[in-house]
Amino acid sequence: MRLTINDREHELDDVDAATPLLWVLRDRLNLVGTKYGCGVAQCGACTVHVNGNPVRACSIPVSAVAGQKVTTIEGLAGPDGRLTAVQAAWIEHDVAQCGYCQAGQIMSATALLQRTPAPTDADIDAAMSGNLCRCGTYIRIRKAIHAAARAAHE
Amino acid sequence: MSAVATTLFSSDDYLQEIARMVEARAPLPVGVNRRSFLKLAGLAGGGLVLAFHLGDESLAAAASDDAAKTFAPNAFLRISSDGSITLYSKGPELGQGIKTAFPMIVAEELDADWSRVKVEQAAINPAVYGRQSAGGSRSIPTAWEQLRRAGAVARAMLVSAAAKQWNVAQSEITTANSVATHKASGRSLDYGALAEKAAALPVPGEKSVKLKDRKDFKLLGRRISGVDNLQIVTGQPLFGIDQVVPNMQYAVFEKCPAVGGRVRSANLDEVKKLPGVTQAFVVAGTGKPTEVMPGVAILATSTWAAISARRQLKVDWDQSAASKDSWSRATTQAQKLASQPGAETLKSVGDFDKAITGARTVEAFYTYPFVSHATLEPQNCTASYRDGAVEIWAPTQTPDGALKLVAGVLGIAPEKVTIHQTRVGGGFGRRLMNDYMCEAAQISKQAGVPVKLQWTREDDMQHDFYRVGGFHSFRGGVDKAGKLVAWADHFITFSTDGERPVLAGQIAPDEFPALLVPNFRLTQTKLPLQIPTGWWRAPGSNAIAFAVQSFLHELSSAAKRDHLEFLLEVMGEPRWLTPDNEFALNTGRAAGVLKLAAEKAGWGKPLPEGRALGLAFHFSHAGHFAEVADVSVDANKKLTVHRVVVAGDIGPIVNLSGAENQCQGSVIDGLSTALGLELSIENGRIEQTNFDRYPLLRIAHAPQVDVHFIQSDYPPTGCGEPALPPLAPAVCNAIFSATGHRVRTLPLKREGFTI
Repeated sequence: MRLTINDREHELDDVDAATPLLWVLRDRLNLVGTKYGCGVAQCGACTVHVNGNPVRACSIPVSAVAGQKVTTIEGLAGPDGRLTAVQAAWIEHDVAQCGYCQAGQIMSATALLQRTPAPTDADIDAAMSGNLCRCGTYIRIRKAIHAAARAAHE
Repeated sequence: MSAVATTLFSSDDYLQEIARMVEARAPLPVGVNRRSFLKLAGLAGGGLVLAFHLGDESLAAAASDDAAKTFAPNAFLRISSDGSITLYSKGPELGQGIKTAFPMIVAEELDADWSRVKVEQAAINPAVYGRQSAGGSRSIPTAWEQLRRAGAVARAMLVSAAAKQWNVAQSEITTANSVATHKASGRSLDYGALAEKAAALPVPGEKSVKLKDRKDFKLLGRRISGVDNLQIVTGQPLFGIDQVVPNMQYAVFEKCPAVGGRVRSANLDEVKKLPGVTQAFVVAGTGKPTEVMPGVAILATSTWAAISARRQLKVDWDQSAASKDSWSRATTQAQKLASQPGAETLKSVGDFDKAITGARTVEAFYTYPFVSHATLEPQNCTASYRDGAVEIWAPTQTPDGALKLVAGVLGIAPEKVTIHQTRVGGGFGRRLMNDYMCEAAQISKQAGVPVKLQWTREDDMQHDFYRVGGFHSFRGGVDKAGKLVAWADHFITFSTDGERPVLAGQIAPDEFPALLVPNFRLTQTKLPLQIPTGWWRAPGSNAIAFAVQSFLHELSSAAKRDHLEFLLEVMGEPRWLTPDNEFALNTGRAAGVLKLAAEKAGWGKPLPEGRALGLAFHFSHAGHFAEVADVSVDANKKLTVHRVVVAGDIGPIVNLSGAENQCQGSVIDGLSTALGLELSIENGRIEQTNFDRYPLLRIAHAPQVDVHFIQSDYPPTGCGEPALPPLAPAVCNAIFSATGHRVRTLPLKREGFTI
């Protein structure tokens, strides 16, 4: 099985095709930024991009992404470490509390801004409703998304 | 948690010890045993070079060239000759922001340039650092003095080194942004350039150094972004679940869904044949939920292989001693008990029966359910047991308490336990317990290999130490002038041993408004319970405030009084309710936050039909908090929470960004819980297993939250919890004012409300 993750090719021959992408990322490839929260696509902590679309990695078998372009939180920043506007806004607005959900939040927000460069609050609510934050950082998530949208325009 | 938590709740030695550690009231010494710090710093790795000897009274003598260039007068900071400053945060970071706040306090007194400071998690060694727990919102108050003095001692030595170098008086030297300056001669030196000289000086007594006045703070009170934020937004391995050790296997652990069940038999031979499975065995356990309950461990080559194999696991449980608890049965029992006072009297003041006779009387019965912590990072722990010693990587709130606990479970000495503190993906009190740590250690010992134990979400929700549900049956009275004159509360709670209330299921005899009502009676009845309970964010307070602050609004409404005016009258003259205790309720501070919240929320302004403001106050964790919720309710009982205004007095603010974040999070946590969270319990089993039936609030329903602080000069206190309790009653009081419907049962969905 050939996987393309963060623009890197991985050849995995001994992985059970039914294994959720999440556990291949975490246990096999040591890309642990993608988090396990519920295992049933309820919390969004495991959100990654498949061909640019947000997908819950806990609920998609690894075989389904073979040959697709997968991006995880580790693959957002440039090779020189340059942060995306979303990542920078997350730091600027000090969004995180425990931080556990934030990789998933950032992946969902990034996908939103790719589709909708200047989202309204309603757009944000719709796009971000699959991501739980147990600490309750939603107010800052909303602020940071608006800020990232503005920064991308400038 | 309130002080009562340490004394009343449990006979369990571990829990009492954890409570004592969390409470830790006395200021901690700065002049800790530096020898053990140095030893331990070596263990901590990360290029720490501190191989010099630095006794409490002796000169700092260099033992190597590298060390000679490094200035580390105590365990909280290190300054290298290249100017880099490393600050060590001693406590667990679980989202409360302490890994940023602690070093800020040191940096303030040190006059360090924050932009050049590096923060590292300190190693776990209570002998060096004192308290290393996170709980009870006590991190800031217990470490405030210790950390300030740690920074001030270092600054004094740097000043002394500069004075020597320039041959000027110390009093002529100023410091700012990691630079010492002698203004008169125009000379200045970076701390790095002074490090070597400072390291050779005697360490002054911590009490001999002068601390800054609050007006001179440059860093404290500002908005500072969290020190781990870059790593968080780039997905670096910070958390317990991210830890990897060589040759580790992935473990899952199945326990009886009803606590107290034991393994009779299991199809281990079949499970061992499944793909990826390396071992499967029964763990006898210690029989204590705080340690290791009996179960079956499955080890595999990946988490998914272990989880998949577990689906084929069949365990025959001996449930003769297992829980048969039922929430519906308890509710029925409590309702029957409601009409009379409880069997035990916890407090009686004045003459309630006489006072209530002539008063306008209100009676009400309040119910709140069991809830789960539901930390987003499910419980997990990595442990490696070898040759009578164990090394552990754990997301825990109480690493200090865990040393002895794990040692006891494994039958080894506490010195043989090493704990590496990871970032914690949510605590809320769940990780004051270290059961998952004991399990991982025990499984590693039995398996003979390092293991990463991973709980599933289902494990997490079904094997928690729950916020206990409870009931308050109130009778209260106001006189002709509308003044509160009589208050009786029959508190119905639970007990496992028949004697003491369960953990976090007690009420303090002096709980508000006990000391403010002339005729007061608090009685109690305890129903049996086997399911373990625990500290859940603002323990006790998170439920008591709902009942008490709602009932106060029932009384003011019956008297047709303005609720703000009524609450201010209850507070009365400004005074400490417990004399000589700066961590007690002060009625003046209470009045202050009530007035501020009301003013900022536009209290009293006319609102359209179906919309109203609700006000509530609660004092907990030494924090005074008032909140006003602005709520609309439509004809279908659909709620809109437009805005919540928070006013708090926790003394001076350390990190304004962090403190505001905690208040916003507390409001959202409070709203989430009040709206839709409850656990149904039947036959000893928690019926909810995952977020589909435990609907945490999502972003679309998060209200605007405005936070205002009164930055008084009292000692600073914690902010992780006290903003949560007033939220539920503020919302419920608004619902009443908007609709006339009094909410007496949580969650709100029980009474037909949706959002």
